[in-house]
Amino acid sequence: MSEPLIDVRGLRFRYDDGTQALDGVDFRLWPGETVALLGANGSGKTTFVLHLNGLLAGEGEVWVCGVPVEKKTLADVRRRVGLLFQDPDEQLFMPTVIEDVAFGPLNLGLNTEQAEKRAREALSQVGASAAAGRAPYHLSAGEKRRVALAGVLAMEPEILVLDEPTTYLDPPGQRDLVRCLHGLPQAKILVTHDTLFAAALATRAVFFERGRIVAEGAVREIVEKFSWTPGAGTKPAG
Amino acid sequence: MHHVTLDRWSRGESVLHRRDARVKVLALAAYLVAVATLDAGQQLALVACGALLAAGLLASRLPAGALLARAAIVLPFSGVFAIFSVLGGQPGRAVELVEKSYLSACAVLLVAGTTPLARLMGALESLHVPRFVVLVVQFIYRYLFVVSEQAQHMRLAALSRGEKGSFRAAAGALAVLFARSEARAEAVYRAMAARGFSGRIPQLGTPQLHPADAAFLIAAVGAAAIIRIAAGVFS
Amino acid sequence: MHIPDGFLATPVWAGLDATAAPAVAYLARRAGRNFDEGRIPMLGVMGAFVFAAQMINFPVGVGISGHLLGGALLAQTLGPSAAAVTMTAILAIQALVFQDGGVLALGANVWNMALIGVLAGYLPLGALGCGRRRLAAFLGGALSVLAVAVVAIAELLVSGVRMPGPVLAVTMGLFFVTALIEGAITAAVVGAIGAVNPDWTSRPQAPLARKAMFGLGACAFLLATGGIFLASTAPDGLERLAGRIGLGERARVLLAAPMPDYEARWFSSAALGKAAAGMAGLVLIFVLTALLGKWLIRTRRKE
Repeated sequence: MSEPLIDVRGLRFRYDDGTQALDGVDFRLWPGETVALLGANGSGKTTFVLHLNGLLAGEGEVWVCGVPVEKKTLADVRRRVGLLFQDPDEQLFMPTVIEDVAFGPLNLGLNTEQAEKRAREALSQVGASAAAGRAPYHLSAGEKRRVALAGVLAMEPEILVLDEPTTYLDPPGQRDLVRCLHGLPQAKILVTHDTLFAAALATRAVFFERGRIVAEGAVREIVEKFSWTPGAGTKPAG
Repeated sequence: MHHVTLDRWSRGESVLHRRDARVKVLALAAYLVAVATLDAGQQLALVACGALLAAGLLASRLPAGALLARAAIVLPFSGVFAIFSVLGGQPGRAVELVEKSYLSACAVLLVAGTTPLARLMGALESLHVPRFVVLVVQFIYRYLFVVSEQAQHMRLAALSRGEKGSFRAAAGALAVLFARSEARAEAVYRAMAARGFSGRIPQLGTPQLHPADAAFLIAAVGAAAIIRIAAGVFS
Repeated sequence: MHIPDGFLATPVWAGLDATAAPAVAYLARRAGRNFDEGRIPMLGVMGAFVFAAQMINFPVGVGISGHLLGGALLAQTLGPSAAAVTMTAILAIQALVFQDGGVLALGANVWNMALIGVLAGYLPLGALGCGRRRLAAFLGGALSVLAVAVVAIAELLVSGVRMPGPVLAVTMGLFFVTALIEGAITAAVVGAIGAVNPDWTSRPQAPLARKAMFGLGACAFLLATGGIFLASTAPDGLERLAGRIGLGERARVLLAAPMPDYEARWFSSAALGKAAAGMAGLVLIFVLTALLGKWLIRTRRKE
């Protein structure tokens, strides 16, 4: 019986304005899993994942690879948990792609040669090698998404957390992303509204409601149980 | 938008594009100093500077007409003061103002049009411009496109709501843009933290200088110096 | 208000470049120490905001519209030293990418807009405190424009750029109107931000020590009155002024020479002028080769 990669017990978090965003969450991520986090906007999914690399700190316990998430372990935790944000423009902040992807490795202490090598490897992993010398604002949404992913992969994390990764992507872009993620060995957490995307990748799903996980199971089960499709309850038009 | 075009130009291919940014910055400095220290009595020297510029323009393979037109943005300002000088009985000064401001603008455009801004900033940092300032410039440039687009979308949205434009509406629009910009900045900081940022933004290495760069530097600075000295000696 | 290359006399632009460099270096070091490089995204995005904001039109009358210049807003939002660094970065981009302002003239433009303008924009907030944000914003906006106008005109006049009396009056009048508009826009934006986010108005902005503020206020006042005095005395007035404060013959010629008669160089002897030009050229070559040598050594050391 292996150790869970992520172990969350009784997590509670309240924002400055008084909103109780998380109200007692228990969660475990096992090696090799891909878990989809489903739920309404404001149900706490994004707030939850921001605790997994210590960007937010609440009450309760969060353990990553057997290490408790606290101030002195942040550097270690952030190396292990790679977080891909919803808006790639927030994540690609350096003047060129190669500098941005190398940002993580350089912060980990690699020298410039090693960092550049890692960056180029990560770019080829996501199929964006051609973009290395380009500026981020010239890239298409799909390219930005892949470069941002490369930036995370370059740190060689053990866990990937992706927040709404299909936002701004057209169906071919989404297919590319699915294919890319399929090939990655890390355990993954997907925060998503896109149930087809979730079904394509996730081994199980959990459902967030008002800061708590209220159900768990296969993606299809959860979708059915909560009628989590746009057309549920209405007659199809065409 | 202006910076979009310049950005595209700067990623072109030519003898000038390939030169190291540091060398181009120094050459530009030498040229600008030469032009700035000439006066209307040294017309031949000013013409020589113009010829030097034309040579650079050819070497850069940039669209000459478009570049010269863009540089003309200084002309209204200098034109007005030129008129005052003429009215004040100093026609020479008038010519001087127009020539010098235009030549200088063209030269800056030539360098900015053949050097991506990131490299230009790297060159300035090697010349001991404070790193903090260089980084702020890079970030402004990075988000210039994004925030400008946001502002444009807001304008379009307002226009399509039949908004004729009022002072209060504009202030409100700026307040929203301001709040979004603050939120974006905080999100960028979070993304930096998530990838291990701990106080210093790291740097990849700087490119090597080639013999061609040294040759260009000597040629450009030499030409500017010769023109300037000759003007001083012969007038 | 951005001065292009070719306007300022050599001692003016060179002197302002030479003095702006250590000032900016000091502020950058201060900003880096207080905020570490983590503050950079905020300064960068706010700088981008100023650019974008300048695209939005504020109708102020029939067919006339103004737009935000931003120095005071930055100063009252980020604090004076961060705002000064951000404005410097903005000016650099404006000079290099938009040809708005010269490159050799950057020192002058930095002094005018990033240093003096930002300080003038901040002082009302420092004096009035967080209680009267909108009034402080209005005064800051207006003062920053006036301060910039006065120093810029002074620099141009000292450089011998001709501005006949009536023109000067009209120019100052236009600047006065611009100052009022900037004040109004800054106040409106600050008010609107406060409406969107009530916490923001009560947040203290990097305050300066009381004594420093009075000192700076006094300097600003002196600068302003001195500037207005300079501006109101037309070019010939400067010669008279030089005589009155007892500058020597040679220095008065230096001051007067870039002025009315374009044939006079800035050394009274023609031969001296030629020699000086020659020397300048040689010094330039020497400095550049020295720098080139330095990098070649540095890049070789890296291998």
